[in-house]
Amino acid sequence: MQWLKQCWERIRQLSGDDAYDRYLAHYAEQHADLPEAGPPLSRAAFFRQWQDQKWKGIKRCC
Amino acid sequence: MVKRVWGRAGWGGLALLGACALAQVAWARGETLNALWLITAAVCIYLIAYRFYAAWIAARVLTIDATRATPGERLNNGRDFMPTNRWVVFGHHFAAIAGPGPLVGPMLAAQFGYLPGTLWILIGAVLGGAVQDMVTLFFSTRRNGRSLGQMARDEIGAIGGTAALIGTFMIMIILIAVLGLVVVNAMKHSPWGTATVAATIPIAMLVGVYMRYLRPGRVLEASVLGVLLLLASVGLGGWVDHHPVLAPLFDHEGLPLAFCIIGYGFAAAVLPVWLLLAPRDYLSTFMKLGTVLLLAIAILLLRPQIHMPAVTPFIDGTGPIFGGKLFPFVFITIACGAISGFHALIASGTTPKLISSEGDIRMIGYGAMLLESFVAIMAMIAATVLEPGVYFAINSPAGVVGKEALDAVNTISGWGYEVTVAQMQHLADAMGESTLFARTGGAPSLAVGMASIFGSVFGEHLLALWYHFAIMFEAIFILTTLDAGTRVGRFMLQDMLGNLHPKLGATSYTPSVILTSALVVAGWGYFLYIGVIDPNGGVNILWPLFGIANQMLAAIALSVATGILVKSGRLQFAWITALPLTWLLAITSAAAYEKTFSDDIRVGFFAAANDLAHKLSAGLLPPEKAAVAPQLIFNQQLDAWLTLFFVAMLWIVVMDMLLMCWRSVRGKAVLPSSETAYVATRL
Repeated sequence: MQWLKQCWERIRQLSGDDAYDRYLAHYAEQHADLPEAGPPLSRAAFFRQWQDQKWKGIKRCC
Repeated sequence: MVKRVWGRAGWGGLALLGACALAQVAWARGETLNALWLITAAVCIYLIAYRFYAAWIAARVLTIDATRATPGERLNNGRDFMPTNRWVVFGHHFAAIAGPGPLVGPMLAAQFGYLPGTLWILIGAVLGGAVQDMVTLFFSTRRNGRSLGQMARDEIGAIGGTAALIGTFMIMIILIAVLGLVVVNAMKHSPWGTATVAATIPIAMLVGVYMRYLRPGRVLEASVLGVLLLLASVGLGGWVDHHPVLAPLFDHEGLPLAFCIIGYGFAAAVLPVWLLLAPRDYLSTFMKLGTVLLLAIAILLLRPQIHMPAVTPFIDGTGPIFGGKLFPFVFITIACGAISGFHALIASGTTPKLISSEGDIRMIGYGAMLLESFVAIMAMIAATVLEPGVYFAINSPAGVVGKEALDAVNTISGWGYEVTVAQMQHLADAMGESTLFARTGGAPSLAVGMASIFGSVFGEHLLALWYHFAIMFEAIFILTTLDAGTRVGRFMLQDMLGNLHPKLGATSYTPSVILTSALVVAGWGYFLYIGVIDPNGGVNILWPLFGIANQMLAAIALSVATGILVKSGRLQFAWITALPLTWLLAITSAAAYEKTFSDDIRVGFFAAANDLAHKLSAGLLPPEKAAVAPQLIFNQQLDAWLTLFFVAMLWIVVMDMLLMCWRSVRGKAVLPSSETAYVATRL
């Protein structure tokens, strides 16, 4: 059961399904305490940024 | 102690098993050979190479240090820099490097028989491709994920950097053209195939809208929806194929299809990524991983017999699919799957930013390439399980074996590979196609091979569905490469033009976006157009050109790596990259020489141009050929100069690297190492 759960976590991570959750975790850890930090991005706004950034460089090959 | 003895016995047994399997593959001269021998030999070689050679390189040559913080840890920004689980990085890296190349290359190279290609895939990957990927990944990780071009500039000099940049741009153009040609040839006069491929576009857009507006960021939900729709589209294509009104709408010659692809490529480069490119990429990644897994399972369950001889007479250079002798052309034809320079662009840049520990570099760099090599072996099996007569009938262009079915069958049977018109018609009917003669480019024969393997395991009556599933599977990630490649080409061009006029370099400035996208599309569109009107099938010209370009890029990557090894005082180990580099130099130079100066009109570009010019002036050409002859002549000459340009570029980089190494060994000043300082990991 534990193993299945871990597999599911990996699949979510691989596909980017949990990208927003990871962003929130990163934000809470690194930025939330800083005085100049605003609220974190919304799910939709984060996803937009994430996707646009992902396709800037060479991502696919022959 | 006991454990160690058992460990040694295990590896010894594995080595013995691998040697036996390889001997069986190499010396079996019976009627057929079971594909399981190929799989066994490959898996044993991969395991041994990974356990010993790759581990030795990691420990002794690169001295990988798991206590050192990676860029993902030090520069963690929660987005592109982020320490990530090794299996996830492996998945990302493999999905990025494995495209249509390892499927198409072995399919074409099977004209030499199964043995030459298989040996090159195994040896090339273990000693060349996987080493290149791992070493590049390591050096880029130590340099904050710098790209290959930047590393070449930083470590060797401006010449190497510029060559890498131009090389990358050119290879992209040729790659997209040849892949476009593969899709066009798969869709030609196939309403089923064309309708299915066309349906993937609105499906991708729907998934894109879903992920952006309906349920933002729910990638898995959207992907599952998309994959189900894609599977449905294969069935829908079958319905269209039998529809009296709709079928003719999707039944086209090559040229209109080529223009559709060109128009599509332009639209995809200009449209926002979320609408088409990103969702298509999710779908293609899922399809790719799923289908590769399914094929592996099917081959293991079926254990098919290989009907192709080990070596065919075409090693003398008279092969119908592409001209040229075994040496050097088998090494040029199979690039991806053995060694592919393109991988160095992925291994520098994207992947290093995700790695959480240097200890994962062997698994991700070396391991992912071994898996890609295994995909190439499976493609080789899919090609060679076909009866050789059928294989040649599908893959030989009409210009070589004749336009009429009877001519083609007689020519191919004359070579000793029996095939009949009735047999081909029966096969075409079973696959739901009107004809399978002269369906060049590799995709249709791969689809026939895959369909017959899947059909035997999962049900014969579904052959036509399996065939078009395979076509859809190939088309979807070829089109992803096409979209992504055009976009990258556009960014690179904008980057270069930005030096001339700053406004052209702004990636969000619409006139510049349209101008540069149009230029890139025109570049590959030209080669695609010529490839389609060329009576010899176009693959004969474009695939070797792509192979030479890709190997040139690999040689640049290996030069950078060799240079860094020598500079950092590891001269005694520099052979790990210098050895494959020397081999690449030999094959690329030999192939370039043959492609330029050979008298054989099917090999030499200048010879072909002169021959055509001579026939044209003597009035020997039929009117429809005479009309396109001037364009073909110009193209052959252009290709010759392009080949010379590639090989000149390659030698310049290698000379630049050797000069730098010589200065370094003599203790003279060289560019300082750009490796980042040691920081201990806290993960």
